[in-house]
Amino acid sequence: MSHTFDEISQQLKRRHRKSARLKWVSMGALGLAGLFLVLFFADMLSKGLPAFQQAYINTEIRYSEEASRDGRQAFDEDLIPLISRTEVRVIPLQLRNNPELIGTSEQRWMLANSEVDQYLKGHRNRLSDQEKAEIEERVAAGQVDLRFNKTFFGSGDSKIAENAGILSAVVGTVMTMIVTLLIAFPIGVMTAIYLEEFAPDNRFTQAIEININNLAAIPSILFGLLGLAIFINFFGVPRSSPLAGGMTLALMTLPVIIISTRTALRSVPDSIRHAAFGVGCSRWQVVRDHVLPLAMPGIMTGSIIGLAQAMGETAPLIIVGMVAFIPDVGASFTNAATVMPAQIFTWSGEPEQAFVEKTAGGILVLLTILISLNAFAVVLRKKFERRW
Amino acid sequence: MNSHVPVMNQQNLPDVGQPYTRNEKACHDLSIRVRDLNLWYGKTQALKGLNIDLFQKNVTALIGPSGCGKSTFLRCLNRMNDLIPSVHTEGLVEMDGQDVNASKMDEVALRRRVGMVFQKPNPFPKSIYENIAYAPRMHDLVSRKADQDELVEKALRDAGLWNEVKDKLQEPGTSLSGGQQQRLCIARAIAVQPDVILMDEPTSALDPISTATIEDLMDKLKEQFTIVTVTHNMQQAARVADYTAFFHLGEIIEYNDTKVMFSTPAQKKTEDYISGRYG
Repeated sequence: MSHTFDEISQQLKRRHRKSARLKWVSMGALGLAGLFLVLFFADMLSKGLPAFQQAYINTEIRYSEEASRDGRQAFDEDLIPLISRTEVRVIPLQLRNNPELIGTSEQRWMLANSEVDQYLKGHRNRLSDQEKAEIEERVAAGQVDLRFNKTFFGSGDSKIAENAGILSAVVGTVMTMIVTLLIAFPIGVMTAIYLEEFAPDNRFTQAIEININNLAAIPSILFGLLGLAIFINFFGVPRSSPLAGGMTLALMTLPVIIISTRTALRSVPDSIRHAAFGVGCSRWQVVRDHVLPLAMPGIMTGSIIGLAQAMGETAPLIIVGMVAFIPDVGASFTNAATVMPAQIFTWSGEPEQAFVEKTAGGILVLLTILISLNAFAVVLRKKFERRW
Repeated sequence: MNSHVPVMNQQNLPDVGQPYTRNEKACHDLSIRVRDLNLWYGKTQALKGLNIDLFQKNVTALIGPSGCGKSTFLRCLNRMNDLIPSVHTEGLVEMDGQDVNASKMDEVALRRRVGMVFQKPNPFPKSIYENIAYAPRMHDLVSRKADQDELVEKALRDAGLWNEVKDKLQEPGTSLSGGQQQRLCIARAIAVQPDVILMDEPTSALDPISTATIEDLMDKLKEQFTIVTVTHNMQQAARVADYTAFFHLGEIIEYNDTKVMFSTPAQKKTEDYISGRYG
């Protein structure tokens, strides 16, 4: 029994409609996701970008005898409530270290109080009308201005909003990631090589494989508990240190690196292995000279993505004490330190209005680093991708 | 009968048929002796009591329908089957008076003397030069750069590839055409100066012209090497092989001088197969 084209196209119309509908639904989902992303970024940028600028006041500092006892004496009286307490506090110290300065004066840009900063940015603040008038006058004279925020990128955390910076968290993150990478990368890659290239396929290795896959899905806070119990309590690694945090995150990153390395090794065609065995390579030579070079882009990409994931992790670090108030930029792997997501978490809990933009600014810095890392992973893969 | 012809032990060779008396110039020194070789993939027996003598500086073709065990047998000769965990082998494969399956035999040493060329050309994803130089360097056959260059040139000349690639030795081996890649793989195999070269359907992925080139090459290479080749192509076996073994369901049905085998097969199955009645 045969059908005419008309009959068939009648029937096909329904099927085409169905696929068109599916196409629109999936495009809608994509559009929605894109919209959320745009909203998220717009919000972060609008809140965070102002954090990269800070109010400064250009004024004369008089290094007098009185100022060496009380820093406030160095400034005009009506400026005192507007200048950051940190600047005021530094002056007596400065004079004690350099007594020859006494009697001189200096004109320079001083960090303003966060209230001034918030007023200039049009946010809620606690300034009196008189103080506002004072600021307006000096703005008109070019003595008060928003300038690039050196403090945010150049110093550590502070309870004084205008003095709080992200540098200690960035350094803490870098040190923690170094520890994580040094531990997780070699162990992860060697484990994957053993499982993929050397291990016999038996119950034992299958059990290991299942467990590794399960580890990747374990809530990260449990790794924090493990780190606390084993590294800090049992081995006595200093609490809050990049060493403790890095080791804990290494536990979390290991399964990611193992799984991605195994995938990369598995994608190397067997014909290459056979060729190498055929010319008399030992198993290790096959892996080292032929399989690993081909798998390297995949391994690196997986490791970088695992690292980026660890970099954004907060929960396990709360447990090992890395959510701490760290005003100083970290000096060693065993000193107390904090990391970027933990810093963001700390700032988000501060009541002052000025910390809202710090929080958003911190998120921008973290996002920038994460996106750069991921982009680097993509570039790496493209660069070393080889056909065979 | 020519005195050089080894007398096969007829007791061990129940179904092999009348062993050959071929051209008297051909060398009949024994290269590999196989006795009562059995092989299982898990519980499936793939090779059943094989007995065969492979002769030096001859081309031996293994023919037979798909799944008859000829490639599996070929891989027994350099223990490539070791890579498959489920494989279990019994029996004797003897080379130079030594059992290649013995525990003291290092498979790396064996593969150094028994090279292999695969069905699909599989050059390393490295330069043409490095494809050849890698194995000799690994086996410490060369130390100086000049020796290495010389060895690369010789291997490529022997494989008939030198003139085509001498100006682009640093280009990737994978940039060559299929037939050139296969000759590169042959050059790679002969660069370590093996005694035996195993070829697993070396031309099945190639066009007729490349196939003819490889066949000519095999003819030349047998002056230096013992060649064992698996082929699906009976004309190819007839063209290149001095001896031919016909495999069927894991057994050697007949093994004989190629001319004899193709003109007057001793077994009905052989005749059916080579006349194209099945397979």
